[in-house]
Amino acid sequence: MNNTSQNDNVLEIKDLSIAYEPGKYAVNGVTASVKRNSITAIMGPSGCGKSTLLRAINRMHELYPDIQTKGDILLDGQSIFSMSVIELRRKVGMVFQRPNPFPNMTIYENVVAGFSLNDIRMKKSRRDEIVENALRNVTLWDEVKESLYRKGTFLSGGQQQRLCVARAIAFNPEVLLLDEPTSALDPIATLKIEDLLGELKKKYTMVLVTHNMSQAARISDDSMFMYLGELVESGRTGTLFTTPKDPRTEAYLTGKFG
Amino acid sequence: MTEINTALTDNIGRRNRTNVRFRYLVIAGAVITVIPIFLIVGSLAIKGFRQINLAFFTQPAPDTFQAMMAASTGDIIPGGIANGLTGSLLMVFLASLFAIPPGLMTGIYIYENSSQKYARFIRSLAEILQGVPSIILGIIAYIWIVKNITKGYSALAGSVSLAIMMLPLIIRSTEETMRMIPVSIREAAFALGTPYYKMIYKILIPVSFSGLATGVLLALSRILGETAPLMLTALGSPAISFDITKPVSAVPLLIWDFYNDPNMVSLVWSASLFLMVFVLSMNLLARSVASKHKYI
Repeated sequence: MNNTSQNDNVLEIKDLSIAYEPGKYAVNGVTASVKRNSITAIMGPSGCGKSTLLRAINRMHELYPDIQTKGDILLDGQSIFSMSVIELRRKVGMVFQRPNPFPNMTIYENVVAGFSLNDIRMKKSRRDEIVENALRNVTLWDEVKESLYRKGTFLSGGQQQRLCVARAIAFNPEVLLLDEPTSALDPIATLKIEDLLGELKKKYTMVLVTHNMSQAARISDDSMFMYLGELVESGRTGTLFTTPKDPRTEAYLTGKFG
Repeated sequence: MTEINTALTDNIGRRNRTNVRFRYLVIAGAVITVIPIFLIVGSLAIKGFRQINLAFFTQPAPDTFQAMMAASTGDIIPGGIANGLTGSLLMVFLASLFAIPPGLMTGIYIYENSSQKYARFIRSLAEILQGVPSIILGIIAYIWIVKNITKGYSALAGSVSLAIMMLPLIIRSTEETMRMIPVSIREAAFALGTPYYKMIYKILIPVSFSGLATGVLLALSRILGETAPLMLTALGSPAISFDITKPVSAVPLLIWDFYNDPNMVSLVWSASLFLMVFVLSMNLLARSVASKHKYI
């Protein structure tokens, strides 16, 4: 491996296959890479394995012992399977499809949940700083600064989702995984999240699963198109949308299925 | 056209009448159902209220001679249920100690491993245990504790039999409460690198706190009125006692004693009234806890 590729690509997915039951692959032999400080969109119809692929990157599948994973994923050149799960998940944050702030915690506690749940202690002033920074980064600070000690579940859906992004970036991860983060939100909240992701790109590398083609076109730099567990095509978003190489990609993009 | 309209209006009239009739039927059913409840509460209150005073809570049960003297002159029977009250509280406390921690842990275990054979086996065991008549649990505690450990009737034996009764209730309610927590909350915790045990005690338990507390309180109110297993284990005692290796009384045991003594019949009503009000307040407490700390 040469140095430049290591610098350009934060993530290298190598011949990755994932099976929910023996012999039935939800993700089949995917090889791909993700560039630093960019948004990579994974598109495809329902059940094509895009979320499954995403959840492999922070080893979420290990929660379910029946799921089998083959192949390798390198984060900054190091295999994620050789790291401790805790270290990996500190470097790779995740935002889920539905906003899921911890319902027993206040807004403040939600933002620093990653620290408190991992027994990382720090001074109150440092914690305050992290909370303010994270909330400012997700443009939520002005809306919630008066109500930091209210439960996070009092917020609207879009605010909750931004809170979840704040919780993920409070840890200062390298990579942020986003699993259809706007599918449960209204168009205005969706737009806010999309703007936010465009801003966060300066600091973080993002992998975004979406079934919404126009969202991928709007905000991603690179795109992958998956179909039936295979990575059909990947490349610069502009190129992939205008001149798809594979007929299946073209069919999907022109709305023939999906 | 007119014919259809007339037919429709006729029909509407008939349907409205059926609606009204059905509504009265439902109301009547509801009224008939609550009548016995009011009768029970009413007669307990009327017959039992006279005996409830400070002494009722602070003094042990009277002996039959005292009661006979009072009954013959028409006075209030002296004494109260203090020995039963303290015995009940002692045994319920011990039973909670024995049953709540393992019950919660077993419930969490079953929830976390619901697809595994061993967890399914435990769940069926809990279901079976819930169906075992309480007198049989009394016999079990008699053989285990009375015969072998305390060598005589004891509060310990009573609490063990009550704890076995509580276990399945707590296990089932814990599992069912945990089931209501969205998977995404657990996953969010894991995605932050949270270790498993932290996820359980910082996320799962606090989030489901209201459900867990409700389950525990309902289990407590269930065992508070339990009589049969205590007859074989705690036996009863005329004096206030906090020695767990000795027999103690309990409120339901006292009710049985009062019933068997013709001079103390009026105490049956007071003790029953008290027990019912106590259990009822426990249920109300469970409800208010449930609504206050509800996150899911």
